Amino acid sequence: MLDRLTQTLDFNTQALLLRSERSRVLAGNMANADTPHFQARDFDFRQALASATGSGSAGLQTKPFRTHTGHLAAQGIGPHSPKMLYRTPMQNALDANTVDLDVERANYAENSLRYEASLRFLNGQIRSLLTSINGQ
Amino acid sequence: MSLFKVFDVASSAVSAQSQRLNVVASNLANAESVAGPDGQPYKARQVLFQTQMMDADATAAGVRVAAVVEDSAAPRRIHDPSHPLADAEGYVTMTNVNAVEEMVNMISASRSYQNNVDVMNTAKSMLLKTLQLGS
Repeated sequence: MLDRLTQTLDFNTQALLLRSERSRVLAGNMANADTPHFQARDFDFRQALASATGSGSAGLQTKPFRTHTGHLAAQGIGPHSPKMLYRTPMQNALDANTVDLDVERANYAENSLRYEASLRFLNGQIRSLLTSINGQ
Repeated sequence: MSLFKVFDVASSAVSAQSQRLNVVASNLANAESVAGPDGQPYKARQVLFQTQMMDADATAAGVRVAAVVEDSAAPRRIHDPSHPLADAEGYVTMTNVNAVEEMVNMISASRSYQNNVDVMNTAKSMLLKTLQLGS
């Protein structure tokens, strides 16, 4: 019953989780803007969101993570982490680094904007749930 | 929450860039020096950046200074017979610091530093907004 109540929040929750994941990846790209041989990475957000929400299992999915290198990887419990791809550089750098700082910044700004959008949608949904609970 | 990892990643970059800035400062300070305490001219130092994975699934890529290496470029030799440290032929051996290169290095480091601070600020405001969720 409670599960049903919060099911409407799941989509934006997943979106939020993936957005924060992407901001981490983009931050990594920007951190390595001056590292020789670093290959910029990103993932296809649409595909990642589809595979995160399309699995059908309701409720908030949690992902186990390893705090020690000796831990075994627990696969199949949570949503599979997005498939990481490599960016194709527009202009090749001499040190084989493929980070384009402008592209990364633009992506990061867009990502954080969309994160906030998801947050607002989620807030609105929570508010309307609360309104219907309070009945006023 | 992956957003907390953004701080780890960006702060690793900030500290790496500040170390680079430190090296640039030391190079520029010695741009005109003739001989160090050991009688050898100062050699320009360069930082070597390396990607550092912050977690097991290797999506959070931080950065660290792997090593500080000495520039192998040949030292500058200037003809100045009146200099007290001139050799028999009248040449003074100067450091191999290239001031123009170092200035470019400095600008690049400060730009990267600012960028990563911006990243941290954005992540911070995102987290603060998340904290207010449902209120």
